[in-house]
Amino acid sequence: MLILTCPYCGITADETELAPGGEAHLKRHGPGSGDDEFHSYLFTRENPRGVHFERWRHAYGCGKWFHAARDTMTLEVFGTYKAQTTEPPKEVRAAITARHPGWSWRDFS
Amino acid sequence: MSHRLADHGRLIDRSKRIGFSFNGAPLAGHPGDTLASALLANARMMVGRSFKYHRARGVVASGAEEPNALMNMGQGATFEPNQRATTTELFDGLTARSQNHWPSLDFDIGAINTHLSRFLPAGFYYKMFMYPRAFWKHVYEPFIRQSAGLGQAPRERDCDTYEHFYAFTDVLVIGGGIAGLLAAHAAAQSGAKVLVLEQTAFWGGRSPVDGGTVDGVPVEQAIEKIVGELEEMDNVTLRTRCMGAGVYDHGYVLGYERLTDHLPVAEGPRHRLWRIRAAQVITATGAIERPLSFAGNDVPGVMLASAMRDYAVNYGVAAGRRIVIATNNDDAYRTALCLKKAGLDVVRVLDARSIGGGALMEEARAEGIRIDCGRAIAKVTGGKRVRKVKICAQDGIGGALEDIDCDAVAMSGGWSPVVHLWSHCGGKLVWDEDQAHFRPDPERPPTGPDGAGFVTAAGAANGILSLDGALKDATAAGRAAAKAAGFKPRRTAAPTGDSVAEAPLEPVWLMPRAAQVSLRSKSWLDFQNDVKVSDVQLAAREGFESVEHTKRYTTLGMATDQGKLSNINGLAILSDALGQPIPATGTTTFRPPYTPISMGAIAGEARGEVFQPLRKTPMHDWHAAHGADWEPVGHWRRPYAFLRDGERVHDAVEREVKNTRQALGLLDASTLGKLLVKGPDAGRFLDMLYTNMMSTLKPGHCRYGLMCSENGFLIDDGVVARINEDTFLCHTTTGGADRIHGMMEEWLQTEWWDWQVYVANLTEQFAQVAVVGPNARKVLEKLGGMDVSAKTLPFMGWADGRIGGFDCRVYRISFSGELSFEIAVPASQGLAFWTALIAAGEEFGVMPYGTEALHIMRAEKGFIMIGDETDGTVIPQDLGLDWAISRKKDDYLGKRAQQRPHMTDPGRWKLVGLETLDGSVLPDGAYAVAPGRNANGQRNTQGRVTSTYHSPTLGRGIAMGLALKGPERMGEVLEFAGTDGKTTSARIVDPVFYDKDGEKQNV
Repeated sequence: MLILTCPYCGITADETELAPGGEAHLKRHGPGSGDDEFHSYLFTRENPRGVHFERWRHAYGCGKWFHAARDTMTLEVFGTYKAQTTEPPKEVRAAITARHPGWSWRDFS
Repeated sequence: MSHRLADHGRLIDRSKRIGFSFNGAPLAGHPGDTLASALLANARMMVGRSFKYHRARGVVASGAEEPNALMNMGQGATFEPNQRATTTELFDGLTARSQNHWPSLDFDIGAINTHLSRFLPAGFYYKMFMYPRAFWKHVYEPFIRQSAGLGQAPRERDCDTYEHFYAFTDVLVIGGGIAGLLAAHAAAQSGAKVLVLEQTAFWGGRSPVDGGTVDGVPVEQAIEKIVGELEEMDNVTLRTRCMGAGVYDHGYVLGYERLTDHLPVAEGPRHRLWRIRAAQVITATGAIERPLSFAGNDVPGVMLASAMRDYAVNYGVAAGRRIVIATNNDDAYRTALCLKKAGLDVVRVLDARSIGGGALMEEARAEGIRIDCGRAIAKVTGGKRVRKVKICAQDGIGGALEDIDCDAVAMSGGWSPVVHLWSHCGGKLVWDEDQAHFRPDPERPPTGPDGAGFVTAAGAANGILSLDGALKDATAAGRAAAKAAGFKPRRTAAPTGDSVAEAPLEPVWLMPRAAQVSLRSKSWLDFQNDVKVSDVQLAAREGFESVEHTKRYTTLGMATDQGKLSNINGLAILSDALGQPIPATGTTTFRPPYTPISMGAIAGEARGEVFQPLRKTPMHDWHAAHGADWEPVGHWRRPYAFLRDGERVHDAVEREVKNTRQALGLLDASTLGKLLVKGPDAGRFLDMLYTNMMSTLKPGHCRYGLMCSENGFLIDDGVVARINEDTFLCHTTTGGADRIHGMMEEWLQTEWWDWQVYVANLTEQFAQVAVVGPNARKVLEKLGGMDVSAKTLPFMGWADGRIGGFDCRVYRISFSGELSFEIAVPASQGLAFWTALIAAGEEFGVMPYGTEALHIMRAEKGFIMIGDETDGTVIPQDLGLDWAISRKKDDYLGKRAQQRPHMTDPGRWKLVGLETLDGSVLPDGAYAVAPGRNANGQRNTQGRVTSTYHSPTLGRGIAMGLALKGPERMGEVLEFAGTDGKTTSARIVDPVFYDKDGEKQNV
């Protein structure tokens, strides 16, 4: 029962208000992409023990999709941000670095 | 024999007597008794039988940790199994029955298992019930099912009500003992909002029983004073009979409040589930005494030393008259002194430590109690109650030195902090070598959204077992929690506790240390699941080295008590068998709830009509008044058919189909999804969502479209109408409306966020009626108001206008193959419009029809239905819908996926019509068999039935299905295997059974 702040309406939302949407920052591969690329886009997902970027929807609130950066082990939330971006904002990266110097995740796309 | 003492009993009211029944026998107790104390007061030492060996079992504990005294409580609609007698407050008229025996508690057939115990070791079921394989279904499984389970399942619907309650607090204190109360007090002084939960009916926990003073005042009075002060504070909420059940992510906590379980007749909800959000949580959950592992430690009359003290002090009940005490620590001497003071005969204290204990031991010795150091219990004898104790040296194999007659045995193996709530959300433990227990590791608490700890353990739950230490620890915990929650704690001194100092304990995991096998195989670790020392040792020998594996192999720590008494002893035995230190073995995972909570509390108010909201169309009540036989479709209810007086469903469906084909039918189509897609990029957006081209659709026209997932599979279909240059109205399936709306939003927000498109779900804004049949145009022309001629409003066109005075949007689309107008009106006009059509249609033979007639008519026309012809593995190409897939478009959702080799495989099963040779109806879902068998010995298949009906129009069975290379095999006959063993022959035909050229709909 996480609590995440919706970056659109500012509500500190209980998990019951939210719908999870899996890994964030996926790059869509359509016609013209290679088999491996497309397979990876559809099925291969990060499942880290630690820093992770996720998609959430404020389903029983404003209805907007947003991203959350959090630690899957400690449940620490480094920040939430709007979904209309291909990579996390600087302040979210900084918050992660403060806690996990030298952290890495797969390349953002 | 256990009995009521002449004095003592701080919690009972001796001036009143209340009646209750146990196994049908009328008994009496006092207000304030628990069921367990009342049973003991009535000399009922044996209260149940064990799970596996059906051994006689008595009350062993005095609280939530009780493994044995489980009861079937209540009768009929209030019946509930597996209730702990130790936490059940007695009330007038309580009825309890013991469990797990047949035919009676005293005489039980299953007790033969105890004599077979040597043939029923750990893992017996896994080893025994493997072969022969055929025995599993008819012999082993029925046998195991019959003997499995503790209590009985209720037979009647629960008559009680339950509720959920949301609470928000700065500091939540779980546990209302002296530590919890002090922590709450310290936190509350900062001004923080504090909620305190106590699982029992009274405050103070164990401390009034254990004694000592707080700032010079006896503990009991100190507690009264603290509670009084807390009650005066506006920022403090106190709840008794409310257990902290589980601690979850980010400070979410469940509380389980038992509101009326202690009352004979009650109004209002029985249980309340507290859904709490706390900034900080303090777990002041105390500690639980461990049993000692000696042979016969499960005989009724063997009890935890602390429990025996509780029964004497709290309820004025003695577990026996001649009592032997076995211990490895000083605390048990409190029991010795207490029982002596109550006038009971403490015949011997067996202290496993060779040098014995400290001041408390000396006090006991001064009272004239005989104390033997370095001594152990070799064996307790007696079947249904304790008769005798055989004494031996602790350092030995169990050669008996002496027999002592007695009727009760108190055992104390040291104390384990209740770390469950600390551990639920990831709090880690450290092994405390001195006290031989796991306690919370303050360096590794459960962490919240800021990455900092949000749980603090206090007092005995934190491994602080001395009174003074607990007072200091709790005060510090309260302050720290208030500070972490953003408040400024006051600097006041913690009270000083005074109690007798204790000598260190000596870990004793087996008594005697090197007990021979005959003793080990009667030394119980887990009373509820009948797991003995020898079982855990066997598991270790057989390679179950992980504590989690050993738990599942032996059942140690399973079932309703989840090993509250057995876990530490069990993993100590496992560690010893594996030759490794206890922390290397670790604990099993602590999972919520702490003790079982009722299913009713979990469900709360969500039952019956309020379980789920029901969606109703504007015409719902009319349908109900006209014989609707309801079918659930998503959250909607749609009429399956409209039954006339005395009519059977099948006959009604036949009538509705025939009438619609021959005269006039009305369908309430309001539930179909209506999504408005608007904006400069709307056409471009729909081109991505649908497989076909929508951007070329002309305003005023409709087009049937297919939607696929990114994985290529067909997920929805429907008719799209272009309203104007930048506006489309997309019809979806009834069940798909919300899902497809969500999908549109997802793509627009997360992938194509720069496209200018808005989507609105208008499903409930409009009522929609399909006016269907040869007379459809006639009834609309009679009502009048707009031109619905074929010329002005051709097939697949739409127009706005007025009919019979109603504002309408009329779509000329057909899902039945007949002349059909689907007419949308504002939802508020739906019922009036429907009744106007019914009235005007009378002369044209109008009848309403339901979803089954709809399904039959679409199948007669070979139209697919999402969910029948599709199941998440079917692509549009499988259904012969290539005509609806644009080849001009570079991209649409699913296009790339449909290019994968297995999607273009010519061997895919494809849509065909199926016609039985004998005219019968094919079984739904039946497979077409192919020659040969697969690797599992099953018959090979080459197709399956997706829709099957009796066609009233054709007077025979018709079906649609998928078949290997189906369209290339027209005229071939397939054999379909039914679940009844029979096969039905059907010929592959064109899926369009009726009006192949579409002449009827295009008039």
